[in-house]
Amino acid sequence: MFKKRMLASGLLIAAFGASMASAQSLVYCSEGSPEGFDPALFTAGTTFDASSHPIYNRLAEFKVGTTEVIPGLAESWEVSDDGRTVTFNLRKGVKFHSNDSFTPSRDFNADDVIFSFDRQKNDDHPYNKVSGGTWEYFDSMSMPDLIDSIEKVDDYTVKFNLTRPEAPIIANMAMDFASIVSAEYADAMLEAGTPEMLNQAPVGTGPFSFQAYQKDAVIRYLRNDDYWGDPAKVESLIFAITPDASVRYQKVQAGECHVMAYPNPADIQAMQDASDVVVMEQEGLNVGYLAYNTTVAPYDNANVRRALNMAIDKQAIIDVVFQGSGQIAKNPIPPTMWSYDESTVDDEYNPEQAKELLAAEGVEGLDMKIWAMPVQRPYNPNARRMAELMQADFAKIGVNVEIVSYEWGEYLSRSKELDRDGAVLLGWTGDNGDPDNFLAVLLGCDGREASNRAQWCHQPFEDLIQQAKVLPTQEERQPLYEEAQKIFKEQAPWATIAHSVVYMPMRPEVEGYVVHPLGGHIFNQVGLSQ
Amino acid sequence: MLNYVLSRLLTFVPTFIGVTLISFAFIRVLPGDPIIVMAGERGLTQERYAELEQQFGFDRPIVVQFWEYLTGVLHGDLGNSFVTKKPVWDEFFALFPATLELSICAMIFAVALGLPAGVIAAVNRGKLYDRTLMSTALVGYSMPIFWWALLLIIVFSGNLQWTPVSGRIDLIYYFPDPTGFMLIDSLASGQKGAFASAVRHLILPTIVLGTIPLAVIARQTRSAMLEVLGEDYIRTARAKGLSPGRINGIHALRNALIPVITVIGLSVGTLLAGAILTETIFSWPGIGKWMVDSIFRRDYPVVQGGLLLIAVMVMVVNLTVDMLYGVINPKIRKR
Repeated sequence: MFKKRMLASGLLIAAFGASMASAQSLVYCSEGSPEGFDPALFTAGTTFDASSHPIYNRLAEFKVGTTEVIPGLAESWEVSDDGRTVTFNLRKGVKFHSNDSFTPSRDFNADDVIFSFDRQKNDDHPYNKVSGGTWEYFDSMSMPDLIDSIEKVDDYTVKFNLTRPEAPIIANMAMDFASIVSAEYADAMLEAGTPEMLNQAPVGTGPFSFQAYQKDAVIRYLRNDDYWGDPAKVESLIFAITPDASVRYQKVQAGECHVMAYPNPADIQAMQDASDVVVMEQEGLNVGYLAYNTTVAPYDNANVRRALNMAIDKQAIIDVVFQGSGQIAKNPIPPTMWSYDESTVDDEYNPEQAKELLAAEGVEGLDMKIWAMPVQRPYNPNARRMAELMQADFAKIGVNVEIVSYEWGEYLSRSKELDRDGAVLLGWTGDNGDPDNFLAVLLGCDGREASNRAQWCHQPFEDLIQQAKVLPTQEERQPLYEEAQKIFKEQAPWATIAHSVVYMPMRPEVEGYVVHPLGGHIFNQVGLSQ
Repeated sequence: MLNYVLSRLLTFVPTFIGVTLISFAFIRVLPGDPIIVMAGERGLTQERYAELEQQFGFDRPIVVQFWEYLTGVLHGDLGNSFVTKKPVWDEFFALFPATLELSICAMIFAVALGLPAGVIAAVNRGKLYDRTLMSTALVGYSMPIFWWALLLIIVFSGNLQWTPVSGRIDLIYYFPDPTGFMLIDSLASGQKGAFASAVRHLILPTIVLGTIPLAVIARQTRSAMLEVLGEDYIRTARAKGLSPGRINGIHALRNALIPVITVIGLSVGTLLAGAILTETIFSWPGIGKWMVDSIFRRDYPVVQGGLLLIAVMVMVVNLTVDMLYGVINPKIRKR
């Protein structure tokens, strides 16, 4: 097998000489090493870029560049009238990849679907504890409670029986943790006593097959010529792992990489001016916010919260903290998501009026804490700086701010406490493109003392999102989510700060790259013009 | 000599136990719960937290955890990474050759330039050469590594395009890597141009990582040489009419070498610290970056296992330095 690979590499070298920018090899400068190659075990975007996108498919897929869900390994699906059963009709003739120790003897079928989910759900499954067996995404999307059972109707039909109707289930099936792995490969590896190979030498049905990985250095993939969908446009895909953003940019300029991830905000202007670099951009599917603790006075008063929101100069934050690579957020969901309420009017920046509003509520000489995250995130590249700007803004209306910070793990756990002292800077990046993934997770009553950092439980809002969750179609759900956003704005449990803008610098010869709103870097249909 | 070696080896045992304890305690003293860090903004339920706590063994008393770790270490098992789920041992040995290769090159670079520079500066004490060299060494010693690395990349890789920006070899080369040392593996691969590519990739990281040890060695050699050059036996040698080359190169340098070797030994620690930044900037797949990532992720097994292995390595280097003293100075080995 290695000889075969060497031959392929040799051919590539012969065909393209010593130039990095060869016509058939696409080099992507990624930001870090994947945690592994079994997407169900992990939660990091870096891991999904290297595993679920090139190597695997799911029953449903997100159409690249949108949050629209389209058929994947399931050609179609039907949801029962009561919303408690989803039947997937599987695609025929789909081939799994081969590797040194495995050649599939059959095509993809219902057994693979059942295996892929059963190993995550069933504690007694032989693969449940393999490779650490922490199925974080499956758990955090409440799948163990939601999926009652999975039935094989026949080789190409699988039925998911749910404990309750839940509209986002189809979008969940397009998420990385729902990638379909080969049951036959898993059996073979278990028999050989090396079940962890499922994570280390992945076998999927995706447009690229895994070739080799050297930690912190390089990942290599070859085009899957038996791919069921549109075949990849390049013969090989290489991830050159380059942790430093400045170095990634140098590599793009030197032609050592075609595409790079996560540029330094400070470099973007120079990149846009450079003739040998093209910069694509799109709003990220995320939101950065300041969550008040709505259970503690005076933040239990919506008028006080609105007054504080009016004192924040968001444009200054976009300019200073995001260095232009962000946009002001007025809703709790990003504008690329369906049901985003365009009609929302954001709080006006008006310190004078804010001061009057506070006085009208009898709030004077307020001392408050703002929690600044110790880590960088796309939705908040510098929380300390953001907090300092807010401190200055609040000082103008007579509110004295103390900035506090904790180590990240401490920050996450302490900020959940119901009687927490202070407003918390945090944010969220969407998982499945469904508004429920923002509104219910971050603002629903069940999320209190967990992901709902505002500890906010407002019944009219809660009723709307719960109703929307069980309605079958997007058209029926949309008005309810729009209404919920209006209530959110009126109640102001957060100050919505910003949505980041994602920039993707690449060389001019790169063709067909689409920035994906869900944050992944996907190269299935990317080609090179030279 | 055998007694000397054995006595040095005996000091290994308490140091090893101490290092095991410190490496175990160090990561636990840092605030931050690895399970919460792993879950991130998404969080996890209390039941799930309890399950993971049990799975990772955090629900047991700390003494029991240490005992299990210690017995694991003595059986050669450093545990599995919380993040990648792979054995720490496997990860270390996959990455270590890259760090070792870079460190060896950096040390050769530092010694090959630092030693003669220090000798020449001492011999020309107070002259322009001496002053220029020592000021340059001071600059080299004080320079922030990341800044120096980026400067070299921008000039030599970006503007002049003489060297590659980062990595260990051009990505068009693909061959098995049985040793993990790119210079050896590329040579063994027989692929045309692979070795040259590996060498080109080593140039900038070697210079960056070797700069501080180079400056330290040059300054130390100079001061040791100055001290020796003032000794009576050197004056005697001069009076006997020996050539300056023989006096400086053999009689003086040999005696000046002991403090220099000490500095070289101590520089191994500096090299590993420098490797963290150098590896990150040059995308060099070594243990420096691996350790830093693991500390941020509170990946206990990797941090404690990695620290232990690095400490053992430094101990081995120090032992080697001790042996070298014995070789250079017979008085020490007889003591």
